[in-house]
Amino acid sequence: MSLISRGFQGRRRPDAAGRQLPPGQYETRDFPVLSAGPTPRTPLDQWDFSVRGLDGKLARWNWEAFNALAQTRFAGDIHCVTKWSKFGTNWEGVSIDTVLESAAEQGVQSAPFVMAMADGGYTTNVPLADLVAGKAMVATTYEGAPLPPEHGGPARLLVPHLYFWKSAKWVRELRFMDADRAGFWESLGYHMYGDPWREQRYTGDP
Amino acid sequence: MTGPTAAPSARIEWRSATVRKVIEETSSVRTLVLDVPGWPGHRAGQHVDVRLTAGDGYQAQRSYSITSAPLAPHVALTIERLDDGEVSSYLCGELAKGDVFELRGPIGGYFQWDVSDGGPLLLVAGGSGIVPLMAMLRHRSMSLPDTAARHALPARLLYSSRRWSDIIFRVELDQLVGADDTAQVTHTVTREPPPDWTGFRRRIDREMLSQIAWPPDEKPRVFICGPTPLVESAATELAALGHDPSLIKTERFGPTGTG
Repeated sequence: MSLISRGFQGRRRPDAAGRQLPPGQYETRDFPVLSAGPTPRTPLDQWDFSVRGLDGKLARWNWEAFNALAQTRFAGDIHCVTKWSKFGTNWEGVSIDTVLESAAEQGVQSAPFVMAMADGGYTTNVPLADLVAGKAMVATTYEGAPLPPEHGGPARLLVPHLYFWKSAKWVRELRFMDADRAGFWESLGYHMYGDPWREQRYTGDP
Repeated sequence: MTGPTAAPSARIEWRSATVRKVIEETSSVRTLVLDVPGWPGHRAGQHVDVRLTAGDGYQAQRSYSITSAPLAPHVALTIERLDDGEVSSYLCGELAKGDVFELRGPIGGYFQWDVSDGGPLLLVAGGSGIVPLMAMLRHRSMSLPDTAARHALPARLLYSSRRWSDIIFRVELDQLVGADDTAQVTHTVTREPPPDWTGFRRRIDREMLSQIAWPPDEKPRVFICGPTPLVESAATELAALGHDPSLIKTERFGPTGTG
């Protein structure tokens, strides 16, 4: 049972659009920036993207080849573990289904867990099931413009149904794992899975 | 099966916090000194989640940095009132001594510093971004009582504020520097410096950072906290000056408008 805070009224949000906030979240109209260190800036001619199998086999695309893959869109809400949620964001990029299909054609087989690896050393773990079936993409544009570096450009993972730290900025590789291992924040006290609707913020949250 | 293989850890539980003391730091910033029974202890730089509950059960949560040193007798939060802040306007307004709210923590295993991590310690703050860095400075002072130990671990703070009257902890920072020649505090006052001000009066830039920071080969531990544009710029410039990006830790807050 929660303790009543004397004199606290709070501000219920108008919910005309029928949009829902996960527990403990509030709506922001801004797009806050969160990252643990300096923003890496990789020139596009040095950028590539890889999928690495359990056996070390690699599928790899340079910027041009990656953008030649079929493009997809996502319109919807994002939820950051620091409590803000943003409604109605628009992204374009390459669906992970498409990436993995192309990787399979290059001989890279899937495994049940993935570590997303990013420039600057950031990592985050996501089960394969949460990346496929249209649930996730590598996003290269935001609101119709190239993704700015502070928001993860040139390309970031987008897994909008999980807390946003799973949507690794500056993503460069998806590395298959046979078991779920903790990424950067997951080894520093944050939840292994991170479902905002179950409020899985920190290690030990149910 | 496919469950997490990380060792299960205890849940970070909600605890009740009773306000022992309210300190008005500036016209928009307040420190809450709290009694938190069962508080497990924290490291300098960590934060807590605060949860408020209205009479009808409506709840709101926000994160706030801890401003007290780990060895301080009471947990303290320093909170800036935001214009449209649903929670901060209550914590910096209605809330009074003796009131109770819920918090859980400590949270954050990265943006933190302990004397055992070594130094030198380079801190860059903008506005209320001073809060977690103040916990580090207080921790350093409390944990290194003798001069020799402090000499081995010097600290420098570069702190950007809009107005002289907006500088949080100004008196305490003055006292800290007065009592400790291994700590250095440099203010830049970007909008309304005092009339006789001879210090910096511009936004933090590369020249200022190269003047204040130790050379990269001394491997300072860098912590930058403040509004996004300040953090983004200071981190980028320090990396450009040759500081190892892995030694630069950042925490950003506030509305950005950079969407």
